[in-house]
Amino acid sequence: MRRRGPAFWCLLGFTLCVCAFLIVPVGMSMLAGVTVNYQSGIGSGMTLRWVAQVWEGYSDTIFRSIGIALACLACTLLLGVPAAYALARRQGALARTIEELLVMPVAIPGLATAMALIVTYNTLGEFRTSWTFILTGHVLFTLPFMVRSVLAVMGAIDLKTLEEGAASLGAGFFRRIFTVVLPNCRSGILAGSLMVVTLSMGEFNMTWLLHTPLTKTLPVGLADAYASLRLEVGSAYTLVFFVMIVPLLIGIQVLARPVELGTKATRR
Amino acid sequence: MSEAPAPLAIRLERCGKTFADGTRALEPLDLEIRAGETLVVLGPSGCGKTTALRIIAGLEEPDPGGRVLFDGTDVTPVPIERRRVGLVFQSYALFPNMDVRGNIAYGLRIGGLDKAGRDARVDEMLAMMRIESLADRRIDQLSGGQRQRVALARALAVRPRALLLDEPLTALDAKLRDTLRVEIDALLRRLGITSIYVTHDQAEAMALGDRIVVMDHGKVAQIGAPREIYFAPASRFVAEFIGSMNRLEGRVEAGRFVTAAGAIPWPGAPPGARHVLFRPESVRLADADSAQLAGTVSAAFFLGDRTRLFIECGGHPVIVETGERREFARDAPVHLAIDGNSLLLLKDSQ
Repeated sequence: MRRRGPAFWCLLGFTLCVCAFLIVPVGMSMLAGVTVNYQSGIGSGMTLRWVAQVWEGYSDTIFRSIGIALACLACTLLLGVPAAYALARRQGALARTIEELLVMPVAIPGLATAMALIVTYNTLGEFRTSWTFILTGHVLFTLPFMVRSVLAVMGAIDLKTLEEGAASLGAGFFRRIFTVVLPNCRSGILAGSLMVVTLSMGEFNMTWLLHTPLTKTLPVGLADAYASLRLEVGSAYTLVFFVMIVPLLIGIQVLARPVELGTKATRR
Repeated sequence: MSEAPAPLAIRLERCGKTFADGTRALEPLDLEIRAGETLVVLGPSGCGKTTALRIIAGLEEPDPGGRVLFDGTDVTPVPIERRRVGLVFQSYALFPNMDVRGNIAYGLRIGGLDKAGRDARVDEMLAMMRIESLADRRIDQLSGGQRQRVALARALAVRPRALLLDEPLTALDAKLRDTLRVEIDALLRRLGITSIYVTHDQAEAMALGDRIVVMDHGKVAQIGAPREIYFAPASRFVAEFIGSMNRLEGRVEAGRFVTAAGAIPWPGAPPGARHVLFRPESVRLADADSAQLAGTVSAAFFLGDRTRLFIECGGHPVIVETGERREFARDAPVHLAIDGNSLLLLKDSQ
């Protein structure tokens, strides 16, 4: 075997340090969530008490967050993919300007966007106090990410010629969209979806202003737990968060894959 | 799918195209494409040839007043998906989300053919293009030549009424281009389908076209059979765009065209002529006694089967091709004999 030079070991060391920097705090926090008393360390024993307490007190925030994230995904798919398609198919200054403007909500602090929403819709009591109010903020915030990632893929393939090819074979507009455009943009739609779900699940800035005591989301509940309860409870919350979001993200990736498996299966 | 339809006759009536930004891509064009013929539209890039093809396909609308007729029926407002024309692109435009079989079956599926019918037709097309072994490959696993074969199979599978090809060989390397050109030629002749073939490559145009339309700056420069275009070009643009053309300056004197390098007997010379044109193959190296022109070698390129010489003839470069095996030194004196019957005189060769 080839001897590895010092550069290799330096790089490996650096990579491991970066990983540790990212992973250790998360691991520590998750560990704290199952420790009887974090002050006296692991020696005080392990328990699921805190996890149970979180589940009892905050499980509604978890399901609400997942619900909002999925609703947000649905909205951004319905709005973002057609928007990206329209922008990709249109040349000209107007389309490019809109593309630039789409980044604006990302550049404005979440708190400012939330304030604007509250100022505008404060009088609509029912809307203001429902979870759809939070959803509105999340869609505003995440839509650019969906449009951008779909647009990037659409720009990389020659969408116009592909569609012209399909049209010459008799495919009408909707047929072209569903058999040629969408399948070939799948990677961009998937990347956008993962980003939208993670961003929505973790969104705090805006949600903190938009929520009511009855419409707390997971991150707001988490802040609440850290601020008002034992450190162990807050940590247990983090643990629950991970256990919930990781399968969700894997699930989205699996959902996006059957098409590919299908084409492979037809190959002999 | 029905059986192969009868060949389609296509007519363009005053089809011009002005784009939104005001660019005039195509001057109003009248063009007749006969049923079953292969018409090659030839011209440099930006001459409007692709725009003309896209108007026939239904991908562009002609400017108001223009009409596209298929067998006498006005199809101007009919969108491409209902015109039943096959399209083959320079960039292939195969669907990356489907394998070869899926691509060829795409149009059949839209046509509502059942699975057994689709499979049979796909197998038939694979055999016709000799790509049976590629049936289950993904598109990104194919070479350029293979992709273009799949694209042809896909376009022909649905039995289109006409086949439109937009620079189908331009993206391929020279050798493959020659092979595929021969295959396309055989295919079009066998199918007897009306085809319109757009290219900027005059060799392709000569080899494939029943007739050639030469275009320049959005206008038709000449329409004719390959031999007509080559031997009787209507303008200097056509003469120089197709093949190599030599040009000599001089004046007519007593049945001869007199140049600075010598005189060519030419009884038919009109009195006002000041330029003559001729192809490299109508001039040959000769002995001083039998030659009409004298010059010196300014460059020589050995091409293997022949040598291409650039000869300085009284201030004009003349291209000559010779099968002689000897080497030609720069500035060596040579003598040329020209076939008087092949001299051309053009209206716009001022």
